Amino acid sequence: MEEPPVILSENARKPGAESEAETIRRILAGERSLFHELFRPCERPVYLLLLTLLKNEAEAEDVAQETAIKAYLNLRNFRGDSQFRTWVLSIARNEGLGRLRKLGTRREESLDAGADDATGDFTPAILTSWREVPAEALERKELGAMLRKAVNGLPEIYRNVVLLRDIEEMDIRETAAALEITEGAVKVRLHRARALLQKALAPQLGAFAPKRKGWFGGRA
Amino acid sequence: MRIDCQHVWEHISAYIDGEVEAVLRAEIDRHLETCEICSAILDSTRNVVVLVADDRVFELPAGFSRRLHDRLGREMELAGP
Ligand SMILES: [Zn+2]
Repeated sequence: MEEPPVILSENARKPGAESEAETIRRILAGERSLFHELFRPCERPVYLLLLTLLKNEAEAEDVAQETAIKAYLNLRNFRGDSQFRTWVLSIARNEGLGRLRKLGTRREESLDAGADDATGDFTPAILTSWREVPAEALERKELGAMLRKAVNGLPEIYRNVVLLRDIEEMDIRETAAALEITEGAVKVRLHRARALLQKALAPQLGAFAPKRKGWFGGRA
Repeated sequence: MRIDCQHVWEHISAYIDGEVEAVLRAEIDRHLETCEICSAILDSTRNVVVLVADDRVFELPAGFSRRLHDRLGREMELAGP
């Protein structure tokens, strides 16, 4: 017997999208405590985004909590035309900008689209060979510190794109939606950010590559 | 069409993400076969992207999650059904 074709809605094709919508429906219907689970996957990107904006762990944590509360109180307004996480991130960003204003902190640079025309030197560090630094090298605390320093040293418009796209592994569309910029701007900023990181890090990373094996993989 | 190093660098980020269209991709691949500099720049950029994404690099402060859910829970109580 042939099975009848299953018609999938646009949302159902995305893994997790249907259960997300279902969870939200149940929360709004009264199963409030489910909100904790809904918010859990947002914690890390929300905190890291706020940390890049506020540059202060305590402030970032406080605004992350307020973001969670605000998302809960406004859950009815979530339209479901983006992922829940994207919606939460734009709340976090707005809350973070509000906190910056309250603190009277001057933004280090404008987030205008004009910033994408910024001329800068995005030439990579020139190398003639590269020895892979494996993830295990992160057992050494200095490597993590070096990577954090390089990311934190990026201008804000590049840092938040790297954070969402490369560190939280969001796709270009979601990154654009969360930061309220165009996908084209995400690509330009990502390209420049990666070039700046390569330039800052490549010359120093060599120290973390495994010792060279002898010729032809023999003993050193 | 022959592309130069500068041209390859402009597309490194998109190349890493697999977002370069086929013709250009083939050109870049051909360039990479013979250009040690561009190969090293590509490999190092990719390596940097992978390392920075490791969960050990950026971590949540200890107790972050518990504090967030405690406060959220209290606010949810206050908000009522
Ligand atoms: Zn080249």
